[in-house]
Parts: sequence; structure tokens; C-alpha cells
Amino acid sequence: MGLLDSLADKLFPECLLINNYSFCNQIHMGSYEVLKMNKKCKYSLVFVGVVLATGCSNLGVEPWERDLLAKEQMALTSSPIDSALDDHIYFSKEASSGGKSFGGGGCGCN
Amino acid sequence: MQLVGGEKINGTANKINLKLVLTLATSALLGSTQTGATPIPSDTTTEESWSFDSAFLYYSEADRVSAAEVIFSAKKTYNDDSILNLKLTIDALTGASANGAVAQPNVQTFTRPSGKGNYNVKTGDTPLDDTFKDTRVQLNGQWSQVLAQNFTSSVGAHLSKEYDYLSLGVNGNLAYDFNKKNSTISFGLSHFQDTFSPEGGIPKPFASMPLAYGQYNGNGNGNNSRETIHDATRMGSDDDKTTSDIMVGFTQVINRRMVTQFNYSYSVVDGYLTDPFKVLSLVDTSGIAQDYLYENRPDKRTKQSVFAQTKYHFDETILDVSYRYMWDDWKIESHTLDTRLYIPLGEGSYLEPHLRLYQQTAAEYYQPFLMQGEALPEFASADYRIGEMTAYTVGLKYGVKLDGGNDLSFRLEYYRQDSESAGHKAPGVLANLALYESVDAIIAQVSYSF
Repeated sequence: MGLLDSLADKLFPECLLINNYSFCNQIHMGSYEVLKMNKKCKYSLVFVGVVLATGCSNLGVEPWERDLLAKEQMALTSSPIDSALDDHIYFSKEASSGGKSFGGGGCGCN
Repeated sequence: MQLVGGEKINGTANKINLKLVLTLATSALLGSTQTGATPIPSDTTTEESWSFDSAFLYYSEADRVSAAEVIFSAKKTYNDDSILNLKLTIDALTGASANGAVAQPNVQTFTRPSGKGNYNVKTGDTPLDDTFKDTRVQLNGQWSQVLAQNFTSSVGAHLSKEYDYLSLGVNGNLAYDFNKKNSTISFGLSHFQDTFSPEGGIPKPFASMPLAYGQYNGNGNGNNSRETIHDATRMGSDDDKTTSDIMVGFTQVINRRMVTQFNYSYSVVDGYLTDPFKVLSLVDTSGIAQDYLYENRPDKRTKQSVFAQTKYHFDETILDVSYRYMWDDWKIESHTLDTRLYIPLGEGSYLEPHLRLYQQTAAEYYQPFLMQGEALPEFASADYRIGEMTAYTVGLKYGVKLDGGNDLSFRLEYYRQDSESAGHKAPGVLANLALYESVDAIIAQVSYSF
């Protein structure tokens, strides 16, 4: 636990993220909740990292099962123009940017 | 019936002509060799095709800034699935912006950033500089192609020019698909180089806002000495900053109805991060402003964020939920929750309600004012955008598919920011004045894709 502790602390010195997120088995809507920063949360992040690294090979669909996923509305960024405009607004009005895509400079609006 | 049919054909022909004209124009600009032989683009007859997205957005804050923004984006998909995307953005900004000073029980006079002239703020009002005005032109180009089986790369360039600001950027991204393309890992880098040449020059940290010059009819010497005093508060005409981002992403198809994405971003901003137009009120123990000092921010900021998104296809509707947690070495932490629900109405039309919730803590050097008699801190800013804040956006989008498959959509949103005290005590008269004002804004957008 000492190693996990130090790894979690190093990676996420102050974290507050999705917890209760059983990633590979039974993900369903509403299964996550935001919790205050605690050790459990850090472990979850490390857990998610480990799960990602192993690839979740039991998840997914066969190529012929992509009828719904292939819809343009199911694209993770289904309206790139809306996203670009929103990013510009919130970049210039708030102290946060990026996350989903690069949120670097680009204008003198902030 | 024939007449109606004929009108329809004409209507479609007109739209194709518009697309054809743009296709020819874009090809000519790119020096494409096939310009002369470009067939009428049609999704069914050619594999190589252009598609165009355009949008007009109007953003307006009550009593403050208004912005109009136009985006035009052209995308060409090649036979080998390579994609070229060119985007032009033009926006114009006008209106008033908070200058950082606190409201007072009397009229306040501030010098404009240029130093030439001043503006007054009414009793009890949050000081706004009403000379905020800018026009920006931005160009983006992005090229994506399959490098090898399961490897996709993308490179892009960015240029943005304002009257007083120039931003140049490049980015690159590599994605690897595995597990029957159900899983994708990606790695991206981006770098921006910005140069800021603000009107009136770069103020020295914590310099007193000088009196205005140039508009007075005093003797020449007096005016000249005012200009000299103004210049003495400046340390140069321009300054730079760089922004470097690293992003690692993981996308996973969960099942036939669900896809998820996780990103981790690390960003370093280095250089001039101060806002040269912002000041802090220097108040005495009774809360009365004695002076206005230009703000000063650290010259480096390291940000990190984790982002998670899920899309779920119900029988008809599609739910899109995302969450971002961001933290930085200025001690700002923020949470952003964004949800959209796509509701098809039949025949290609749809409604999409949108709700966004945002919360941030203040930067450690944020303070709403400075106290006279206390030592100046190393860094300080009263910019409410790095103060404690909650915000929400509620909106609705309506889209419709026109004849010929073109998309038209309308979006109307309401955005509200509520600034909050980060625990600073308000002395004297400040206790009865509004130090943390809310900002209301309307976002209206029309988009057309063809």
C-alpha cells in the first residue's frame, strides 16, 4: 500500500474525481458520483489507470454491431463547431480550459 | 405535382451550385490540380468530397461585453480516408469589461489603457472599462491520415491575429486502435507562441495608474510631463507567452449503445500571464480607494486535468455526459459537468437540451483589493475570472435536415456566473457595496452544414 500511496500522491496530489466507477464490469449511467478528495479517490484513479493499461479486452462490439455507434450523433464530438465556439467562450470567461481537447492559448481573450 | 417536383429539383440544384462554387474556390486556393475537372460533388457519386460547416454566434452579457463570431469550416475526405480540415474564424468584440477595481460610494475616474483619456464609474457600480474593442481573425488547418494499420496521425497549425495579439500554434496527435477498434489510445502535443502588444504598453507590476494625458488643454509642458509619467509606469510595448500541452487519451466502446473517453492533460504556460488592463484598488481602513495599482501574476502556470465522457444511446434519445476536474499550481481547482440529451423528432429534426455546471476556487494570489499600509504581496490580481466562482449554462438546440441532406440548427443558451467571496473581509464602506457581481449572458447561434 505504501507504493500505491506514493504513486497516487505523486500522480494526483490533489484529486477529486469520479469514484465508484466499476470500469470493466457493469458500467451503467449514473453509476458514478463525485466525491471529495480522499485516498479512495486516488486509488480509484490508479485503478482506472491499471485497467486502461490492460486494455479491457472483454469490452466492445463486433464490427456488425456498430449500427448505433456509427451514427454521427454518437461521435464523442458530434458538433465540432459548437465545441470550438463553447471552448472560446469559456476559455475567456473562466480559469479553466481544455480537457477534452487542447485548451492552450490561441487568443488574447484571457 | 410536377411543378412542385420541378421546384424541388431547382432548389437542390441551387444548393449543389453553392457547394460546387465553394469546392472550386477551395480547390483553387489550395492549388489542387483537379480543379478544372472537379465533378459536381455528390455524396453518392464521388468518394472524395468536400463538406462545409458554417455558424454565426452572438454572445451578449447584460451591460458588458458583446461578441459576434463567424466560423467557416471546410473538410475534404480523400479516398484513403485522409482528412483535410480548414477553418476560418472571425470575431468582433465590443463593450465593457471589469477593470478589477472595487465599487465605491462615490464616482471614480480611471485612465484608459492607452493613457489618453479617462472614464468615470457611477457611485456603487462595479468599475467597467467600456473601451473594450477587438477584432480577431483565426485560421486553422488540420491534416489527418492513417499511417499504418490501426495508427492514425493528425497534425495541425493555428494562427490568430488581433489588433494587439498574435498567436501561432502547432499540434500533433497519434492514435492507436486495438481490440477490434473498440479501444483507442492517443497521445497529443500542442505548442502555442503568443505575443501581446497591448494598447498603452505593458504596465510595471503594482505601478500606480497614472493620470490621463492628451485630452487636457493645459500648457504643453504639463501635458508632456503627464505623458512622461505615464511612460514611466510602463516596462515595454509587448511581451510573450508560450503554452505547451501534453494529452493522453483512452477511448473505449463499452457495448452497442455506449462509448466512453478518458483524457489526462498536462499544460505549462510560461511568460507574460498578467492582464495589462487590470488594476487593484488600494483601500484604506474605511474601505475608500486611495490608488489603483496594476496587477501582477506569476510568469508560469502548470495546469493538469482529467476528463471523462460517456455517450449512451437509448432506444431513441442519446445522452452525452462529461466531467472535467482541473487543478493548477495557482491553487485553482475546478469542476465542470456537461450534459446534453439528443431527442430526435422525426424526419431528421431534433431537440437538444443542454446543462453545464461549473465551479472554481480562487487562485492563491487572488484578492479583491489591496490594503493600504500592508506590505505589497509578490503577486495579486482582482480579476474575478480567477476568483471563486460558480456558473451554469442552460440551453436548447433545435436542428432540422433540409432537402438535399443539409443541416440547419439554432441554439439559444443562458450563461450565468456568480462570483463569491474567497474569505476576504470587506472593511468600512466596502461591506455595504457589491464586490462580487454576477454576470448574465445570452448565447445565440445559427449553424448550417452542407
